[in-house]
Amino acid sequence: MPIKTTPRNRWRNAVNDVMLSLTAVCAFLTVSALFTILGYLLYNGGKSVDLNFFTKLPLAPGQDGGGMANAIVGSATIVILASVIGLPIGFFAGIYLAEFSPKKFGFLIRYTADLLNGVPSIIIGIFAWTVVVRPFHQFSALAGSLALSLMLIPITARGTEQFLLEVPRTMREGALALGAPMWVTIMTVIVPAARKGIMTSMILGVARISGETAPLLFTALGNQFWADGLMQPTASLPAMIFTHATAPYDDWHRQAWAAGLVLLGLVFVANITARMIVSRGASLPK
Amino acid sequence: MDPSSLQQSPTAATPQAAPIKMRASNVNFYYGKFQALHNISLDIATNKVTAMIGPSGCGKSTFLRNLNRINETLRDTRIEGEITLDGEDILDKDVTEIRRRIGMVFQRPNPFPKSIFENIIYGPKINGMLKGRNAAEIVEKSLRRAALWDEAKDKLHESAYALSGGQQQRLCIARALAVDPEVLLLDEPCSALDPIATAKIEDLLVGLKDQCTIVIVTHNMQQAARVADTTGFFLLGKLIEHDKTDVIFKNPSKRETEDYITGRFG
Repeated sequence: MPIKTTPRNRWRNAVNDVMLSLTAVCAFLTVSALFTILGYLLYNGGKSVDLNFFTKLPLAPGQDGGGMANAIVGSATIVILASVIGLPIGFFAGIYLAEFSPKKFGFLIRYTADLLNGVPSIIIGIFAWTVVVRPFHQFSALAGSLALSLMLIPITARGTEQFLLEVPRTMREGALALGAPMWVTIMTVIVPAARKGIMTSMILGVARISGETAPLLFTALGNQFWADGLMQPTASLPAMIFTHATAPYDDWHRQAWAAGLVLLGLVFVANITARMIVSRGASLPK
Repeated sequence: MDPSSLQQSPTAATPQAAPIKMRASNVNFYYGKFQALHNISLDIATNKVTAMIGPSGCGKSTFLRNLNRINETLRDTRIEGEITLDGEDILDKDVTEIRRRIGMVFQRPNPFPKSIFENIIYGPKINGMLKGRNAAEIVEKSLRRAALWDEAKDKLHESAYALSGGQQQRLCIARALAVDPEVLLLDEPCSALDPIATAKIEDLLVGLKDQCTIVIVTHNMQQAARVADTTGFFLLGKLIEHDKTDVIFKNPSKRETEDYITGRFG
C-alpha cells in the first residue's frame, strides 16, 4: 500500500507548525520585554550616570552636576540593616520548619509565611508606618529596615526550609548515630550541606527587597541630604526614582533613569553572584 | 502467612553461653499504629558477629535501629520493652552517650560533604574526645582499622565523595570506629556494593570483632554464613530463631527458617 499524505495529515502538520510558532513568538516576547527595559534603562540612564552621580548630593532642578550619593548609601544602610534583622530570623525559622516543627503547627507557620510573602508591599509599608513611624512621630531608616525585613523573613525561612529538606535523611542519621545532639547535627552537617542553596535564597531575597519602593515611602520617606543617623528620614534609590520621575523637571527625569540603572545593576550583580555560588558544583551527591 | 500462627522459639534468645554485651527483652515497636516488632528477645554476645536475616519488611532493620535508638528520630514511633548494654537499660539513658558507645553503619554510604579527614574526626570532635590527643593519629588509626589507610592516605583532605562506593562505605566504618564504640551496628552495609567491595568489608568485620561487638543486618544469606557467629531469623516482625550460624543454616529447628534458608519463600 502506497504511503499517502491525506488532508488530515496536512491539517495536523499545519496545526503543529502554528502552535510551535506561537510558543516561539511568546518566548521572544518574554525576552524582548526584558531587553527593551534593559535597553531603555541603558540608553536613558547611561547618559546621566557619571562620577557625580555616585559622589554628590541631589541638586535643585536646573543645576547640573548633582548626584545620588546619599540615596546609594541610604539604600545600602537600609538593606543591610534589614538583612541583619531579617536573615537570622528567617534562617532560624527555616530550621525550625524543616527540622523541629510538629505537623500541624508547621503547616500553620508555612502557610503564614507564604501569605506574608504574598502581601502587597504597600500594605507592609502602611503596617510599618502604623506601628513604628506614627508612635515615634519620626520617619527613619530603621523603620524602613523593619518594613523590608518583614518581607525578607518569609523568603529566607521558606528558602532555608526547602534546601534543608533536600539534605538526605541518611546524612542526618549518620551524624546522630555518632552521638551528635540534633542541634549539633543541624549546624555542623545539615546546614553546611545545604549552604549553597540557603545562601542563594538569601541573596535573591536581599536583591528583591532592595528594589522595594512602597514600604520605604511610608517609613524611610526620603531625604535630599545626608541622613543624620538611623533615626532620621533617609534617602533610598527606589524612593528617589519615585520622587524624581514624578517631578516635572527633565534633568530630574534623567537622574531617575540613572538611579534605575544603578539599582538594576546592583540587583543584577546579586543575581549573578547567587548563580555562581550554586553552579560551583553541587554540594551533595545525587 | 498468618502472623499469629508463628511461634517464637523459647530458646531463641540464648544460642550459646558467651558473655552478653546487649540484651533485648520483650521489645515491641510501633510505627504509628502499625506494630513492626512483636515481643523480640535477643542476646548479643560480646566480641561476636551477630547476623540478622529475613525477607524484606520482616523487622530486622527496625530492630537494629532500636539498638542505638536512631528510630526515635522518626516521627510517631513507640517502643516497649527493655534493651540493655552491659546490663544497663539504654532506653532511659542519655541518648548521645548511648550512640557514641553503639556505632552504626548504614545501608548506603553516607559520608558528610567534607574531606576524608574531617569525616573521621567529626565524631571525636563533637564528643569532646580530641583533648590531649592528636587528630592525625586518630584519623590514621581509624582508617587502618577500616582497611582504608593505604587507599586514602594521599587524599585525606580531598572530598569524601572522591572515593568509590566501597571506599566510602569503609570510610563510614572508619568514621564510626573513630569514637571507639563498643558495639558496631551495620544495616545491610554491602547492599549498594559490588562483590569485591563486599568481600573487603566482610574480611574487615571478621577482623574487627576482637575489638568490638558486631551486629549486622543482611539480605544476603551467604554473607551471614561467612561472617556471623550466630544468626537470627526474623519473619513478620518476630524473631523465629536465633542460634549458632551453622545450626541455623544446616539444622534449623523451625520449619519457617528452613523454608527461608532453602529458598522456598522470601
